[in-house]
Amino acid sequence: MEVFKYEKPLSLMSKSKRFGILSIVLLVISFGLIMTKGFNYGIDFAGGTLVQVKYEGKAPIKKIREAIAKDKHYESATVTFFGTEEEVVIRTKTSSQVLGEDVSDTVHDLLLDTGKFEIRRVDMVGAKVGSELREKGLMSLLLAIIGILIYVSFRFEWRFAVASVMALVHDVTIAMGAVVLFNIEVNLDTLAALLTILGYSLNDTIIVFDRIREGIRTIKNPDLGDIIDESVTRTLSRTTLTSLTTFFVVFTLWMFGGEIIHGFGFTLLVGIIVGTYSSIFVASPILMWLKFSVSDFREKEAAKLKREKEKEKMRAMYENGTI
Amino acid sequence: MKTLNFRIILFAFALIFGIVFSIPSLTQSESGKKITLGLDLQGGLHMLLGIKSDIAIESRIKSMAATTKYIFDDEEIIFDELRIVEHKEITFELLDKDDVVKAKALLKKELEGTVLSENGLKFTLKMTEEEIERTKANAISQAVDTIRNRLNEFGLAEPTVAKQGEDKILVEVPGIKTQADEQRIRELIARAAHLQLMAVDEDRAARVATMSENEAKSFGDIILPDVATSERYLLKQIPVLDGSMLTDAKVGFDQNNQPVINFSLNGQGAKIFGDFTAVSVGKRMAVVLDNKVYSAPNIRERIGGGNVQISGSFKIDEAHDLAIALRSGALLAPVYVMEKRSVGPSLGADSIRSSSLALVLGFIMVVIFMVLYYGMAGVVADVALIGNLFLILAIMSLFGATLTLPGMAGIVLTVGMAVDANVIITERIRELLYEGKSVPKAIEDGYNNAFTAILDANVTTLIAAVVLYVYGTGAIKGFALTMSIGILASMLTAIVGTHGIYQWLLPRINKNKLGFWFGIKTEGAK
Repeated sequence: MEVFKYEKPLSLMSKSKRFGILSIVLLVISFGLIMTKGFNYGIDFAGGTLVQVKYEGKAPIKKIREAIAKDKHYESATVTFFGTEEEVVIRTKTSSQVLGEDVSDTVHDLLLDTGKFEIRRVDMVGAKVGSELREKGLMSLLLAIIGILIYVSFRFEWRFAVASVMALVHDVTIAMGAVVLFNIEVNLDTLAALLTILGYSLNDTIIVFDRIREGIRTIKNPDLGDIIDESVTRTLSRTTLTSLTTFFVVFTLWMFGGEIIHGFGFTLLVGIIVGTYSSIFVASPILMWLKFSVSDFREKEAAKLKREKEKEKMRAMYENGTI
Repeated sequence: MKTLNFRIILFAFALIFGIVFSIPSLTQSESGKKITLGLDLQGGLHMLLGIKSDIAIESRIKSMAATTKYIFDDEEIIFDELRIVEHKEITFELLDKDDVVKAKALLKKELEGTVLSENGLKFTLKMTEEEIERTKANAISQAVDTIRNRLNEFGLAEPTVAKQGEDKILVEVPGIKTQADEQRIRELIARAAHLQLMAVDEDRAARVATMSENEAKSFGDIILPDVATSERYLLKQIPVLDGSMLTDAKVGFDQNNQPVINFSLNGQGAKIFGDFTAVSVGKRMAVVLDNKVYSAPNIRERIGGGNVQISGSFKIDEAHDLAIALRSGALLAPVYVMEKRSVGPSLGADSIRSSSLALVLGFIMVVIFMVLYYGMAGVVADVALIGNLFLILAIMSLFGATLTLPGMAGIVLTVGMAVDANVIITERIRELLYEGKSVPKAIEDGYNNAFTAILDANVTTLIAAVVLYVYGTGAIKGFALTMSIGILASMLTAIVGTHGIYQWLLPRINKNKLGFWFGIKTEGAK
């Protein structure tokens, strides 16, 4: 079966302005959402306690709310369904430092009259740990980006590195915007999802860039726009197919993976769609804007080749005893 | 005709290796190295504890004061006004000028890491900065050891207790079944188990009911409550001895068949205890545990041998846990909870079920899709994918790695991404076939052309995964780990393995059936 059969290069670069505007609009909306609405930090980053309770049959959420509100400490607690109607989570901002006393014990006592239930999960994160985790999370995002910048600069050229990092910042920002828009709780796993998007989006971009690098060496026409069009078209089949297979598995993860990794799956899903779009339509135009020059690159490559040849020659002469 | 090549042999070895070493994990057999399930999958308690190291300094000062009192008494140095000031220094006054040199020498010998300053016959003893730091560091490592000992003695399966960062302790206890068990374990960990034997200040004991804390302090005394009743005791602030001299603690029963705890003291402790009881006949001595008085019996005669009993109205479980806590030593500083996650076994089972379902469904979809789209090339990619899955499991088993829920997600994601290399390669081969290259040439060049792209793409993803592993905590580390292993394993299976399979299949590939082999129309290829 073949869907993307290569016939002639698509003229993508001539349309790059339109995609640029679309991307900028998405970025502005995402940024606005992050700034105004802000992240819905889960207990991992905000600190607090989460108790997951499963009832036999439908959870009597109204009775649960009333029962919980009886205790002054839990006045601000929220009770919501979790996945199914049998399960609820109770979230509070309070956390207890004392080992002996425990929120789950208190909740157990408070809920005694609400029916038959089982406490399945209790997560408690102190405020200090929450802020530490947040710092660490931010740090890991930054470090990953720096590491990638260095590697791509080393393997390609600095403009490729900047373009790929801009593309991934684009993807991560839009994914974050979606997280805010759909009110997904931001926990450690959401952060892991964002980092995965970072790796994934980059993976896609690199494949396209690799083809452009190859095109620069093999295609006679020195016009970067044409080379990019040709290379992106050539990799289109691969980009779409891999995205599709990854999309399949992430989709099943999101659909069937259970409520706990629902947010994780969702974030990934958005990231894969945006990542695929950006590696086709966003990353390469950035190369153009950064004024990457094909002829300069070729000259540099040629000079490098020449130096290596000369070195070899010298070595040969040395080995032959002529020096 | 070459039928076997080094690539396919390597792949076959990898596959066998993968299958053999993942069997113990898949069957969860008793023997062999296997993957342990994370707490979020098998249920259990995860805690990050902080430590109040200031308290360690306070108790170190207290114990120094006790030592000072003991050696001065022992060497018949006459002193007065021995006090602990603001939990951080000891002051005392010598009455005889001739004792000064001797006292200084003794203190220097017995109390390391202290500085003594003098003002006439008034002395102040302080800890040096280094000693304070050392005591704090010691409090952490001692707490780690103590908590580990307690959990081990409790008979729990494979608890993890480890120092994390500078001043935190990670405790992980798998397989807790009930809420009550968890409560008991938390209490066992939290128990300071700080045992002190203290003298009752008999001169002023009658006035305890009306005495304020501050007034007691001015006499060098302290008021502590009874563990069960509302009674209060006036005790000398500086203890006779503390739990550091305890060698063993066991549960026993008294004449009324009530559980008690019998403990024995080491040689030095027994001597101090003997000496003290000898001079205190007719007075009371309080057994104080975690600042509560358990009993305060009258001393009828000198007690040698160093065997002491704590009685109280214990329940048998309580006495049992308390004996463990005493045996494994006191916590030099109390711990508090910074983070706690507990997952019930039923939720863990649900998580395994749903993530396995996602894995299987995702896997089947990818496998079918690849065959539909690429024909035999898809089958080859699927073989590599299966090899990849087994390799991930085998490597994780060999390292005894922990599989967490995000780790499962990592494997699912790897399934999607591992076929990427084969997609790239097959696309390249198709391209070359269209250009009119022969099948063997198209395969060789296809692999060559695809290699840099796959390498660069995988290395960058690996960079993100490694950062995630280093900076991630707990379950996230598991995700990064499975993803890293998956990427590395896929380089072997998807690049080397499939290449080998093609080389092996090459004589059978019919160039007129490219639709069957590579999923493209035959015309155009030569």
